[in-house]
Amino acid sequence: MTAAPTNFLEHLREDATRRFSELGYPTTHDEDWRFTSVAPIARTTFVPAVSKRTGQEACPTGVEICKLSEAQPELIEAHLARYASYQTNAFVALNTANFQDGLLIRIAKGAVIEDPIHLVFESSANGQPTVAHPRTLILAGPDSQATILETYSGSGGAYFTNAVTEIVAGDHAVIDHYKLQTESARAFHVSTLQVQVGRDTNFRSHSLSFGGALVRNDINAVLSQGCECTLNGLYLVAGEQHIDNHTCIDHAQPHAASHELYKGILDGKSSAVFSGKILVRKDAQKTDAKQTNKNLVLSEDAVINTKPELQILADDVRCTHGATIGQLDPEGIFYLQSRGIGLADARNLLIFAFARDIVDRIKVASLREQLEQILLEKLHGTRP
Amino acid sequence: MSLLEIKNLHANVAGREILKGIDLSINAGEVHAIMGPNGSGKSTLAQVLSGRDLYQVTAGEVVYDGKDLLEMPPEDRAREGIFMAFQYPVEIPGVSNLYFLKAALNAIRKHQGLSDLDAMDFLALVKERMALMEMDQSLLNRAVNSGFSGGEKKRNEIFQMAVLEPKLAILDETDSGLDIDALKIVANGVNALRSAARAMIVVTHYQRLLNYIVPDFVHVLAEGRIVRSGGKELALELEESGYVGIEETVESA
Repeated sequence: MTAAPTNFLEHLREDATRRFSELGYPTTHDEDWRFTSVAPIARTTFVPAVSKRTGQEACPTGVEICKLSEAQPELIEAHLARYASYQTNAFVALNTANFQDGLLIRIAKGAVIEDPIHLVFESSANGQPTVAHPRTLILAGPDSQATILETYSGSGGAYFTNAVTEIVAGDHAVIDHYKLQTESARAFHVSTLQVQVGRDTNFRSHSLSFGGALVRNDINAVLSQGCECTLNGLYLVAGEQHIDNHTCIDHAQPHAASHELYKGILDGKSSAVFSGKILVRKDAQKTDAKQTNKNLVLSEDAVINTKPELQILADDVRCTHGATIGQLDPEGIFYLQSRGIGLADARNLLIFAFARDIVDRIKVASLREQLEQILLEKLHGTRP
Repeated sequence: MSLLEIKNLHANVAGREILKGIDLSINAGEVHAIMGPNGSGKSTLAQVLSGRDLYQVTAGEVVYDGKDLLEMPPEDRAREGIFMAFQYPVEIPGVSNLYFLKAALNAIRKHQGLSDLDAMDFLALVKERMALMEMDQSLLNRAVNSGFSGGEKKRNEIFQMAVLEPKLAILDETDSGLDIDALKIVANGVNALRSAARAMIVVTHYQRLLNYIVPDFVHVLAEGRIVRSGGKELALELEESGYVGIEETVESA
């Protein structure tokens, strides 16, 4: 066993600390943060959360999980912080400077992992607000197949979760990534998922976001030749919740396809932001990119800002985008009522139906059931 | 006492008066056809009876089964046994036909003090009624009316009616857009549901449907009023002379 990669990590932390002090927290003057003010995070004094690992079930063959500090130094040096940029993103810098100890997950070349690898992040804040910087590096070998599920939840008062996950997948890998976020009502949640995939890989992300007072999710995917990338998203906010989903798909090479569908449900005085960037580089001919953002707005006080951003430098490509903001269909409600279904149930049925296609895309049965349960609870909670 | 008693019913849509004093009495077991030219108020009458809030009732009363119908929200009307087959059935993506029907049937049963039908009994009932409408069972797992052809939508309405077994069925231009084969299937379904305990209001522009669903009474609606009432022979008379004579009667009145 080689020694811990102490020097590299120390150097990395110093560099990231310096960079964060240069960048500072973003403000609404930054284009990427125009509709999301992180002032509530910036003005709170957090103490580092005490990290506790509560155990791990046996790993199936082909999967290795270890602490970053105990991983092979050359692997860490080759990959950690090489993809999620702490130079440009202040929260990535903050995470890189402060993560206590992250996880390295390695999936062996050619391994087909049937069961999902489930990472559970639970926060509990009593007393002074705490901050945690979960850090995960996932290295999936060529021809491997795996499903990774990250769940974030919490209880108690205000706390701040600032997570960074980097996924590096080799050629022909098939990776399904799920993130379920049900943080507590006063929580701040910022996350970055950085994805770097090799040739002919199939990467699917499902971002399911329900909790938190202030939430920002960034997903950045860099695609190689022949990749297929699917980004699904579902967010449901009520009260004074704010959620911001930023995605960026970088078609760096030809013949890659990306399909993105984000759906949002807004009630009360909540607000949501969707920003979907698609970059098609000069050589990325035959790119097929489709982006859709649909929002269902249940109250007059809710606010949604949705913005596609297509930057196309190649000339033989197919790129489409569309965004909709709608209310519940009164004709549909009446149709259900006319069959004996009560008004509240009719509304809930239509809201559920709106989310249906995202729910149906979830292949992990237990997660799908959990999601249905969350939706049912949320709907009953927000409706009279 | 009649099942449905409409007295001097006036209704507006967007400030414009459409129904200008309808009187109509319907007993259990009867089938009443309501005919009339476009814009006469036929569909408005159907919608007002089923509780659509686009229409404001400005005068008159409707007593259904001894109760003030106009006081009831649409779901309570349905639970009390009123069913309207829509002229334009609504597409509901994301909700399967099966789930929708189960929710509807159980809401009605709950209102009647009955427990939910168990899954096996429900499926047996649904399959039996589907066969009546010559519908493919694959429609059960499809979203309500989504991507259905015009004929499939209309058949689906009568199928729902067959499952929900209303006391008063209102068919709002169920024949529009149907070819003759589909029309026969729909009419067969409707006829199979005729019973001494059930009344029907068949709203139609054309006499053709009434060859297959033979009514007990025919009423002609023009400019928001019933201008003539008679037996089934009235429909045949209209077939020959059209609505022109009727409209003239109204103008000279």
